[in-house]
Amino acid sequence: MPVSVDNSQIIYDALKSVGVELMSALPETWLVHLVRMGEDDPDMKLVRLNKEEEGVGVSAGAHFAGAKSVMLMQNHGFLASVNGIVSLAQLYRIPLLMLISYRGHMGERDPWQTEGGLSTEPILQSMGIPYHLLSDPAKVEKEIREAQTLAESSMRPVALLLTRDLMWED
Amino acid sequence: MKRADALEAIYDDLKNKLVVTNMGAVAVELYNLGHQPGFFYMEHSMGLASSAGLGLALCLPGRKIVVLDGDASVLMNLGTLSTMARYSPHNLTHVIFDNESLLSVGGFPSATSTGTDLALVAKGAGVKNTGLYSDIEGFQGAYDEAANRDELSVLVAKVKAVGPTSFAMDIGLLENRFEFARHIKDLRSE
Repeated sequence: MPVSVDNSQIIYDALKSVGVELMSALPETWLVHLVRMGEDDPDMKLVRLNKEEEGVGVSAGAHFAGAKSVMLMQNHGFLASVNGIVSLAQLYRIPLLMLISYRGHMGERDPWQTEGGLSTEPILQSMGIPYHLLSDPAKVEKEIREAQTLAESSMRPVALLLTRDLMWED
Repeated sequence: MKRADALEAIYDDLKNKLVVTNMGAVAVELYNLGHQPGFFYMEHSMGLASSAGLGLALCLPGRKIVVLDGDASVLMNLGTLSTMARYSPHNLTHVIFDNESLLSVGGFPSATSTGTDLALVAKGAGVKNTGLYSDIEGFQGAYDEAANRDELSVLVAKVKAVGPTSFAMDIGLLENRFEFARHIKDLRSE
């Protein structure tokens, strides 16, 4: 499976460096190494979900408890979480760092991913969620730190889209 | 059993716990008994009160967390029972008031009115300590056991489909949210 282990490690290390203690996740191909890194790390609380929207609640609870968290999901999981993001994270001003694998974008081979790829950015924009595309491993640490900083200061959701360039090695 | 009476029966214990409620009648009836800084009323995002309780329980292992929920909210996020069972936080009690109705939005029957048994669903999801209670004494006894138990409990209380006469609460959503977070911060620094 040509998912980049090196770049997954860079992402994981960046999450650790900003103090993330809890990671909620629903596995998908591009995220397998990140989920495994969370699993192997005794200091990380990994919460495997049945549906991504649960993760918004888990992150809200973690925030109230004073813990930094991240939601790790595919863009279709983001789509499945929209109500929780709006009516919990946005309504109640919860800092919510979301790392979203950007399927269905340029280079996507799976036909079933393509509609989600079309709607991801327009929906993030319509919700007023700041987001960046992560493509360059050299910038990952800075981008994650800045996204976390903005989530905390604005007390709102912030998204980073993990692109094929970053996650996949053909 | 009326939910307001069931809440009153356990209120003395709830006062000193961190409590997350779902939206609607449960929140108002708890509030009417006397607001506490450890009470967070999640006035939307149906189904996620239990997920927030799970996040709190995992991150605050030294504190008991109580989630007060409703049948329709749990039905909207049934997967939460299996996620809770998977991690089985020792410090989480999940109370589901089951009035078989979407009471706060017109009283339409929920799926528990046609046979879905949420205590059995919880059992099937892997929750060891679960039960269904239809009178105050039974519920109060089960709650007291859960409060003293160092394991996850999911209690289903069958209640009448009656709610408060007014849904007014003199506390803003964000006021409640920031007070709750501040209270936990103070507890952690004790």
